[in-house]
Amino acid sequence: MGAVRTAVIGVGQTKHTAARHDVTMAGLVREAVLEALEDAGLDFADIDAVVVGKAPDTFEGVVMPELALADALGAVGKPLLRVHTAGSVGGSTAIVAAKHVMAGVADRVLVVAFEKQSESNATWGLTIPMPFTPPLVAGAGGYFAPLIRAYIRRSGAPSHIGHLVAVKDRLNALRNPKAHLHLPDITLEQVAESLLLWEPLRYLDTCPSSDGAMALVLASERAARSAPGPAAWVHGTAMRSEPTMFARRDQVNPQAGRDCAAAVYRQAGIGDPRRDLDCAEVYVPFSWYEPMWLENLGFCAPGEGWRLTEAGVTGFDGEIPWNPSGGVLSSNPIGASGLIRFGEAAQQVRGRAGGYQVPIRRGRALGHAYGGGSQFFAMWVVGAEPPA
Amino acid sequence: MRRVGIVSFAQLTSPRERRRNEVELVIPVVQEAVRASGIPKAEIGFTCSGSCDYLAGGPFSFVAGLDAVGAWPPIPESHVEADAAWALYEAWLVIRSGEADSALVYGFGKPSLGDVDEILGLQADPYTVAPLWPSATDLAAMAASAAIAAGVVDERQMAEAAAAARRAGLANPHAVVGEDVTAEELLARPVTRPPLRDADVAPVTDGSAAVVLAAEDLARRVCDRPVWITGIAHRIDTPSPGARDLTDVASARSAAAAAGVGDAPVDVAELSARHSHEVVLLRRALGVGSGTVVNPSGGALVADPVMSTGLIRIGEAAAAVRAGDAGRAVAHAASGPALQQNLVCVLEAD
Amino acid sequence: MTATSEGPAPEAPLVEHHVLEYPGGYTRSLGPALSAFFTGLRDGRLVGARTADGRVVVPPAEHDPRTAAPLGEWVEVGPAGTVTAWTWVANPKPGKHHLSGPFGFALVRPDGADTALVGVVDAGVPEVMSVGMRVAPRWARVRTGTIHDLEAWVPLADGAAPAPAPPNEAPEVGEEPVTRIVCPIRLEYEINAGIAPSRYLRGLAQRRIIGQRARDSDHVYVPPRGSDPMTGAPTEIEVEVGQTGTVTTFCITNIAGLSELAPPIPYVTAQVLLDGAATPWFGLVTGCDPTEVRMGMRVRAVWSEQAAPDARTLVGFEPTGEPDAPYEHWKDYA
Repeated sequence: MGAVRTAVIGVGQTKHTAARHDVTMAGLVREAVLEALEDAGLDFADIDAVVVGKAPDTFEGVVMPELALADALGAVGKPLLRVHTAGSVGGSTAIVAAKHVMAGVADRVLVVAFEKQSESNATWGLTIPMPFTPPLVAGAGGYFAPLIRAYIRRSGAPSHIGHLVAVKDRLNALRNPKAHLHLPDITLEQVAESLLLWEPLRYLDTCPSSDGAMALVLASERAARSAPGPAAWVHGTAMRSEPTMFARRDQVNPQAGRDCAAAVYRQAGIGDPRRDLDCAEVYVPFSWYEPMWLENLGFCAPGEGWRLTEAGVTGFDGEIPWNPSGGVLSSNPIGASGLIRFGEAAQQVRGRAGGYQVPIRRGRALGHAYGGGSQFFAMWVVGAEPPA
Repeated sequence: MRRVGIVSFAQLTSPRERRRNEVELVIPVVQEAVRASGIPKAEIGFTCSGSCDYLAGGPFSFVAGLDAVGAWPPIPESHVEADAAWALYEAWLVIRSGEADSALVYGFGKPSLGDVDEILGLQADPYTVAPLWPSATDLAAMAASAAIAAGVVDERQMAEAAAAARRAGLANPHAVVGEDVTAEELLARPVTRPPLRDADVAPVTDGSAAVVLAAEDLARRVCDRPVWITGIAHRIDTPSPGARDLTDVASARSAAAAAGVGDAPVDVAELSARHSHEVVLLRRALGVGSGTVVNPSGGALVADPVMSTGLIRIGEAAAAVRAGDAGRAVAHAASGPALQQNLVCVLEAD
Repeated sequence: MTATSEGPAPEAPLVEHHVLEYPGGYTRSLGPALSAFFTGLRDGRLVGARTADGRVVVPPAEHDPRTAAPLGEWVEVGPAGTVTAWTWVANPKPGKHHLSGPFGFALVRPDGADTALVGVVDAGVPEVMSVGMRVAPRWARVRTGTIHDLEAWVPLADGAAPAPAPPNEAPEVGEEPVTRIVCPIRLEYEINAGIAPSRYLRGLAQRRIIGQRARDSDHVYVPPRGSDPMTGAPTEIEVEVGQTGTVTTFCITNIAGLSELAPPIPYVTAQVLLDGAATPWFGLVTGCDPTEVRMGMRVRAVWSEQAAPDARTLVGFEPTGEPDAPYEHWKDYA
């Protein structure tokens, strides 16, 4: 890792919801930022640099909206950098912020990611038809559902596996007051009977569309030592990308995801993620992506992911809880969703996850995000103790 | 912390390149920069690009750009929604942090597809300014009028900056304008966007650029005269133009101080001034005096390949140092309405 | 440090008009400061915010530009003001600029404010404009809580008093604050397909499917984008691929309205590996009941009546009736 050890010392987020009609974009990000600053015991004046992430600007119809947010972010007179790596952007944003500290150019960096999807509409924003480009006539779900079908074919997974994840993550969300969806009565039957959208995906197998923001304060070791609360230490960070399409591309179990996980585990000294981590916050926008990413992230052999899900290994009280916060299936402000994963992993090792706190025995958690056509990956491992 | 050097640079800016799509714009500069770096592509440790979705008219325009890189096996890679000078900043951080020993940085944009002046106007406040549809040039022209009224810039200085750029453009194969012209001749031309004349406004063009960075040891191995980034910093001002002092560029001033521009004389400065009055304001904000050759390439006023313009300033300044034309050079990149955000980079040879 | 450039292409690329517009416009919720501002405009008043150090900023910032502190004290400013910066728009854009004749853009500092706001000045000719000129609002007669309620700033003679806002003639204007504005953003483009895709699209017009490969590779990409994505090498060699292929994976869509081009639900979209291509083509499968579509099913191209260089000329694929391709033949592609 870098010469300067880096930690998360503040975390804040909005209550995620379908539409925040009461705030501007600035007001939305401020809620998350102020909570993170208070958690870190800091004021805007203490921040050396600001890094902002969000998904495409067409969602809100503002070109590079971070420019207009400079006042609200307390960035005036400071460096402000905007990251955009599709769905993985929230994770990439945290990593880029961490590099500021690791490179020795900042002691305290404010990281913010947001989406105010209610300014337009996510389906429109993700599938704007472009001349000469074969139209994505079936929307974003129509892109991923065939990959899920390919996974089922490969693995022989029974059809109810996705529904198990859909229920598990929504029940987890009941422990998290900031989650968008609170569906206390959700059952397997309800998921199985919900509207079939993109076979095999049903309505309740898919993520919501949310307004929301997430903010972290990252700090150098020196700055972290004087923070009032516990720190989540960064043990490893990695980003990997591969092209959307190329010969014999494995779209179901992409090499970029496997390489990214291997890199972050190597840095963090993790041999077996299932044994060496306490929990994982993983970008699962469609229920079936839990078993798919269990395999991609090396929690089991290829073809075995669904068995872990079916056996409850990833459940809240399971051997390795996945998405105890409720995950993307319960809150999805797209550009912020990756940073929420990274921040929730940090909250777990800080012991700050409240009602969805899992036992911290091994002292480490994984944050994960992906985007594009399953081609951009960002991951970090955070720990309760500084890295050796 | 270890030093980071620029080991190669390539650019592509020409109106006839309009036939290329984004991927086709990126391919030649990436191939050329990687080849010239002497570092095998498979060994380049990090890749970062800068672009703008709105130029392309749809989301995720950077995704296709990756096809030009050859990202297989998968690569550590990131993207900024900004001029690629900010991508270079991110890559510089990654090398400084020790995570990579080298990095490929590229930028691209096709402003010919739409009305880039209108599009960049949508960087302004989305509630009270953008609904009036001022263009980026309208906002810059207003700033020019304020600077002129305050007496910190005059039309002759602007014409001199524009004329110098156009004369330099004659010798720059990547310039889209070049003209043997004097300030007097420009002053005789009509004011089209008060107080600006056409020659005061940068000609936007499709284009791309790529730079390869390397950590000190590697840079010395592959390059006979690496150019070191001895300072780099960026800062942002308030987005509200009416709350800013438009007669100064505070964020450029503080970025220059943070980058150490004033620590030693500057031989060459390449400025992303898209309007001639900005040359004058930026010279002052950066503390670049009469001993400095400003924009020997002609700068943005002879070619503005949007999203690459700032990276090209860094490349041109590095080229001047590498060629021995400058011992110490400064490069500048800008983003946002009327120079809201500024990046300053100091480049030196051994 | 070398430059890169290449010779001219023999063929002009295809260009198509493109409109980027969220239907109905973006809906912007306002929060307290901007709600006070837009409510003020509706009511014919200019509202700013007082900062902790006593300055008045307009439009009212939610957060102090100097300290980032939240602001909450709204004060009326103006209505007359002073131009601190200006330019001139000789050719207004219909549908964007709301004044139909030439006008000025200006920063106007309302009396009593310490900052200026961006506005339009209806001055007739640019010779009237100057930094320091006095202006007053001309209010719209019908005001509904938009930026155009202040229709324009107009020159104000020295010593003259600004005219008050006329009574609001908007029907059903209540006392409720304005909490939301709608911002239509319509951007028009002439999208250029690029060299490689233009070759592919022109092939479609002849009912041929033309891919490309790089010199050192036998991977044929359809549609080609200009490079081999695995290496970044230009794909300079054209290869016509077969019009038959294999469905590697698919989904049945049961949700209507996802695209103007979508057929009635349920419909099938699939990845189709064309015979001779290295990557799957993504699109519709027609010509059979959706429940009959299988992974491994052999399909052939379905062409539209139009013979245009357009992605939609290749409508999709339909079953050939051949036996399914064995899993081993295509499993690496799904």
